[in-house]
Amino acid sequence: MKQFIIFVKKEFYHIFRDRKSLLIIFLMPIVQIILFGFALTNEIKNSNIAVLDNSKDEATVKIIQRLDASRYFEVNTYLHSQADIENIFKSGKVRMVVVFPPNFYQSLLHSNKAQIQLLADASDPNTATTITQYATNIINDYQQELNGQTNIPYQIQPQLRMLYNPQLKGTYNFVPGVMTMILVLIAAMMTSVAIVREKEINTMEVILVSPLKPLLFIVSKAIPYIFLSLVNLITILIVSVSILDVPVNGNLFLLMAESLLFIITSVSLGLMISNFTKTQQEAQMFSLMSLLLPTLLLGGFMFPIESMPWPLQAVSNIVPSKWFYLIVKDVMIKGLGFSQVWKESLVLVAMSLVLLFISFKKFKTRLA
Amino acid sequence: MIKEIVIKAEGLTKRFGDFIAVNKISFNVEKGEIFGFLGANGAGKTTAMRMLCGLSIPSSGKAAVAGFDVYKQTENIKQNIGYMSQKFSLYEDLTVKENIRFYAGIYGMGRASAKEKMNNLLVQLKMSNEENNLVKSLPLGWKQKLAFSVAILHQPKIVFLDEPTGGVDPVTRREFWNLIYDAAEKGITVFVTTHYMDEAEYCNRVSIMVDGVIEALDTPSNLKKNYKAASMDEVFLQLARGAKRSSD
Amino acid sequence: MMIAITVKNIVKTYGTKKETITALDDISFEVNGGELFGIIGPDGAGKTSLFRILTTLLLPKGGTASVDGFDVVKDYKQVRNRVGYMPGRFSLYQDLSVEENLEFFATIFNTSIQENYNLIKEIYVQIEPFKKRRAGKLSGGMKQKLALCCALIHKPSVLFLDEPTTGVDAVSRKEFWDMLQNLKKQGITILVSTPYMDEAALCDRVALIQLGKIMSIDTPQEIVKSFKGQLWAIRSTKMYALLKDLKQYEGTISCNSFGEFHHLLLKDDANEKELLTYLNQQQHTGIELKKTAPVIEDCFMQLMNKN
Repeated sequence: MKQFIIFVKKEFYHIFRDRKSLLIIFLMPIVQIILFGFALTNEIKNSNIAVLDNSKDEATVKIIQRLDASRYFEVNTYLHSQADIENIFKSGKVRMVVVFPPNFYQSLLHSNKAQIQLLADASDPNTATTITQYATNIINDYQQELNGQTNIPYQIQPQLRMLYNPQLKGTYNFVPGVMTMILVLIAAMMTSVAIVREKEINTMEVILVSPLKPLLFIVSKAIPYIFLSLVNLITILIVSVSILDVPVNGNLFLLMAESLLFIITSVSLGLMISNFTKTQQEAQMFSLMSLLLPTLLLGGFMFPIESMPWPLQAVSNIVPSKWFYLIVKDVMIKGLGFSQVWKESLVLVAMSLVLLFISFKKFKTRLA
Repeated sequence: MIKEIVIKAEGLTKRFGDFIAVNKISFNVEKGEIFGFLGANGAGKTTAMRMLCGLSIPSSGKAAVAGFDVYKQTENIKQNIGYMSQKFSLYEDLTVKENIRFYAGIYGMGRASAKEKMNNLLVQLKMSNEENNLVKSLPLGWKQKLAFSVAILHQPKIVFLDEPTGGVDPVTRREFWNLIYDAAEKGITVFVTTHYMDEAEYCNRVSIMVDGVIEALDTPSNLKKNYKAASMDEVFLQLARGAKRSSD
Repeated sequence: MMIAITVKNIVKTYGTKKETITALDDISFEVNGGELFGIIGPDGAGKTSLFRILTTLLLPKGGTASVDGFDVVKDYKQVRNRVGYMPGRFSLYQDLSVEENLEFFATIFNTSIQENYNLIKEIYVQIEPFKKRRAGKLSGGMKQKLALCCALIHKPSVLFLDEPTTGVDAVSRKEFWDMLQNLKKQGITILVSTPYMDEAALCDRVALIQLGKIMSIDTPQEIVKSFKGQLWAIRSTKMYALLKDLKQYEGTISCNSFGEFHHLLLKDDANEKELLTYLNQQQHTGIELKKTAPVIEDCFMQLMNKN
């Protein structure tokens, strides 16, 4: 026990005496979350749109009003014929055109079905996807309102390919994403670097020759970085709630517990990396390439996994970040409980166990 | 006969805050001389050497190296000196040939003259068979000899050697010193630090630094006479034992 | 007398099948309990590989070795409990203070500073005034002392010191060897390696090692006695020219510079009168020629040339 305490104490000395790294560790989450939250948000506001209303009835006017009233759209042009559509796109004045067929309200009332055509300028596909989603959501809202007034459900069917993205607010997506990224980086990279440093300055030789048990070494190396990551987690949550107005909708305790689980997974990854790297530089490079990139590319928050080709989808399953991102989204944003995320949690538990087992088995009690 | 002076230091001082690393050192080194620069760890040797190489601006005092001022003409100094240390010598992952070519290149040597120099050098070191081997595959002694030859490839006026023979076997160590003698005979001034006291005897003159000042400077035989010592080792111990400070 | 270290036919190679480097080539020796045993050889001789095998950090390719009666492969855990080890280039934790370093190493070896304080007292008092200072801010000599304290704190029965004096100035080196002599008095077996030949004389026995092979094992006195031939010390006003001319001389076996003299070994049929005549022909002045006793470095070079 004494061995354990002094080892952890020593690790904290290393951390707190390296002022520059400490500053980076604590500032990185704040800077990144603010950067992603404000600057790199994928929220697109005040897009100019045009309307071709072939029906001009009660329903179409209401829908147009709603679109115009939202912060996403400015209805600035009313078109008169199908031919105008191409011209207005060519002029570049609008990003989207909403087309109502004739007798829109009539068909909605009589057959309970009506169609709206949303035409977007897809030369910027991301923007096109996003704004059509915004429009779809607004239309859906209206539809639900109508449904509240009658027993028979009305169905307004916007004609577009639906892509998965339930949130209207862009920032929401980035909080779980940045959280995943920061935790995996701090926990895995710092752990691997901390172990490899001992190899580099030759203290590892003395520690190996000492009676210190390998398990104790691994655990005492991991504890300080688990603690640091928890501090980062709290920072991220405070920043997102207070500055970005992203609330924690679900159980805070559950969120913390799931994060702790993911931190443990990440630390295990760090231990793995430290097993086969010899210099701090190598460990850093390896952590960045093998953790940061997959987290960014396959974690699901930059690029939707559903729209990837199947081999990439398959690969994304072994990226722990993907599972944690799903959990955070569900718990923090959607406010779901453990019953909804137990499968993802189980995947992380299994990954941690496997990684820890391998790290421990592969831990070299000798050099080379 | 008046000898040409290639290193001239007068009251050269370097302060780091309150700490005076080098305290008003003054000395001259003549052309073609082998000048031993000794001192305990932390005596200020490295700092002094950095100032002379134009890598560190002195806090006060004057110094000229190869006729150039250490404050203003550091670029000229760098063109006229060679430098080799135990820690940094050659690129381990380049071949012998590639290393030589690289150093010839950074000193702006023409292709033809670089090639000629390289061939002479390989013959002189008996390393022609090794020219395409990676430097890391060579024995340490060979590496050090090659590093020295590369450091004087551009025929500098002065070559600075920082503990060049640490850990080298006794036979190679002596071969290394033969290279130093050859260089000195060609008129290259050699400024060398070492922890081997027998090597201090090979120098024309030796200075011993203690706590930032030059405590003694003379030929090895005069030093032994003045300190009534049988060997340079004893001279060094007598002087360095009095040292108050110790830091790297 | 008890035998503390046994090394039998140890072989160690590195590299792939295509290109193997033999670091240790069939090495055998024994170190007695309480002995101060020196492994003397230049960088690349195989010293560090040998130390790592004996401290259980590397597995030998062939041969066996035991420390304090325990096999370094099979009983590696027992060996680890009994040895103190100071690796080459050992730098401690630069960002921890003197006291924190020592406390850390004491604790991971399941002991405390108080428990074995008398063992390190003599060394520790010299650095105690700086106990709050970070190890990174210590001088080379003080770092060495602290590292030795850390290796000693758990009262090992065998102490392994891999090149403890490399890169350290002459004063600190001398102090370090004085400390080792004192430790020896306390009954600790010490295996120490060094590239400095002059340090061999301070050991009870030494092994001269070069290119993975032991060239000679004996007491420093016996090694010096085994030097073959009469050694001459010679100097003149022009030392480098003298060296070159002596190497050219037909009666010369070997000539090496050695401080203010050159050490010269002559063939049996050569004599000093002929030599002096030769040197006068070469216009040397101020010649001083005298018989001299060889030192370890002379023996090392003679053995190197023989192999």
